[in-house]
Amino acid sequence: MPRKTCKQPAARITSHPILQFPRGPELTFYFEGQPMKGFWGETIAAALVANGVKVFRHSERHKRPRGFFCAVGKCSSCLMIVDGRPNTMVCVEPLREGVRVERQQGRGKL
Amino acid sequence: MATPGLSKTQIAIVGGGPAGLCAGIVAARLGARVTLIDDNPRLGGQLIKQTHKFFGSKSHYCGTRGIDIAAILEKELLATGAEVVLNTTVIGHFQPKTLGLASPGQFFKLAYDRLIVATGATENNILFENNDLPGVYGAGAVQTLMNVYGIRPGQRVLMVGSGNIGLIVSYQLIQAGIDVAAVVEALPKIGGYHVHAAKLRRLGVPILTSHTIKSALGREYVTGAVICRVDRNFKPIAGTEKKLQVDVICLAVGLTPLVELLSQIGCYLVYIPELGGLIAWHDENLATSVPGVYVAGDVSGIEEASTAMLEGRIAGAHAFLSLGGQSSEAARIIHEAKKELASIRQGPFGQKAARGKKILPSLAKFSSKGQGVCLASEKQT
Repeated sequence: MPRKTCKQPAARITSHPILQFPRGPELTFYFEGQPMKGFWGETIAAALVANGVKVFRHSERHKRPRGFFCAVGKCSSCLMIVDGRPNTMVCVEPLREGVRVERQQGRGKL
Repeated sequence: MATPGLSKTQIAIVGGGPAGLCAGIVAARLGARVTLIDDNPRLGGQLIKQTHKFFGSKSHYCGTRGIDIAAILEKELLATGAEVVLNTTVIGHFQPKTLGLASPGQFFKLAYDRLIVATGATENNILFENNDLPGVYGAGAVQTLMNVYGIRPGQRVLMVGSGNIGLIVSYQLIQAGIDVAAVVEALPKIGGYHVHAAKLRRLGVPILTSHTIKSALGREYVTGAVICRVDRNFKPIAGTEKKLQVDVICLAVGLTPLVELLSQIGCYLVYIPELGGLIAWHDENLATSVPGVYVAGDVSGIEEASTAMLEGRIAGAHAFLSLGGQSSEAARIIHEAKKELASIRQGPFGQKAARGKKILPSLAKFSSKGQGVCLASEKQT
C-alpha cells in the first residue's frame, strides 16, 4: 500500500495479521498550542495517544493525572478542553482540522 | 427556545450492539416500525473491535469474527428499512412513553409503544495503589484503540484477569506488535477457554494464577507494576512481590450493566452478583417490571455476544407480539432462541449467568406499574 513518507510515530500500526487501517486524510490539530498530526476518522484521544500524549487532564482535588480509561464515552476519565469547550469526552470526539485541544485542570469553566 | 420536535415509533431500541441489532432485525422483519438509537457514529457496539472468531452456537456465527458479524447485522438491519439514529444519546425518559434524545447541537423527543433497552455494560476497575494513573486502561479500551483506530496503547502490557476477555485481548496485543509481560489471575485457575490460554502460552506469555496486581508505578503515567501472590482468601502474601517493567496495565476484571436509563424509567432493579450487579428484573421474554419495556444483552446480565444476540431476538419478537400482532413466525423465533440460550448456558462459561437468571422469578416483587414493593412478610417490625 502506498504510504506518505512523512514520519509517523511508532504508535501507529502499519501491518496487522487480520486488520487493515485505511486512514483518512491527514489533519493538523493543536495540543496545548503545539501542532500535531492525526487522521480524519479517528477520535481526538486516539490521535493524542498516537502522538505519545498520555495525560489528558488533572483531577480537581488531588491534581492527579488522568488519561483515557474506557475509550467508548462511558467513564468521563478523558475530559479535555476542545476549542474552548470544557468537559469534552475526547475518546468519542472526532478529530477535526485545526481543532485546539488543551488539558483540563479540575472542573471546566464556562 | 423552540419546542423540540416529537417523532413517533412503534418499537424504540436503545443501543446498536449485538442485542439491539438483533432485536431490531427481528422486530422490523416481522412488520413493526422500529427506531434504533446509538450514541456512536457506527453500528455494531463492541463487535467492531472483536477480531477473534466466535465459538459456540451452531447457527449463530460460529467461526466468524466479531467485526464481520457487526457488518452482517448492520446490513440486515438496514435492509429492513428500520430507522437508525446515530451519534445520538438518550438523555432522559419522559411520561408517557417518551425518550429525550440529544445529538450534537439538538434535542428532540421520540414517543414509543414498546422500548427495548440494550445499552450494554461498562468496564470495572479494581483497587490497587495508583489505579488511576494514565496507562491503566480497560481491556475493551485497549481493544478499541488498537483494533478500531490502529494505534498501540503502549509497548509492554500487564494484563489483569484471565477470563476470556483478558486472554483474547492479550493475544490481540501481540498481534498488534505489543509485548505482554504477563497475565495475572487472582483465582487459582485460568478463567477463560483453554484454547485462548494455550495460544498465549505457546507464545511464551506467563499466566500467573493466584497472583494479583499490588500497585502501579509512576508519577504522571504508568512506568511499571508490582504484582504478588495471593493466598486462598485473595490476601497478598508478603515477600512475594515482583516488579514488572510495563507502560500499560490492562484491566479485564469484569463489567457492570449500564442500567441508568432503566432506573430512571422506574424498572424494578435487583442486585445479582452472578449477572454483574444491579440489573432490571425481567422475565424469560426479557420484559421488565414496567409494561412495554424490555432489556436484552449485557444490560440484562453480563454474558457474551452470542447470548446478547439471542436475547435481542426474543425481546424483538416478543415486543412485536405484545403490540397485538399475530405471528407464528414470532413465536417460532422466541422458541428457537430460548432453546439455544439454554444450550449455551449449560456450557462451562454459561453456568454462572444461568444461575443468576434462575433467581429472577423468585424476585418478582413489584406493583402492576412495575415499581418495587416491600412484601408484608418482609417488613421489619
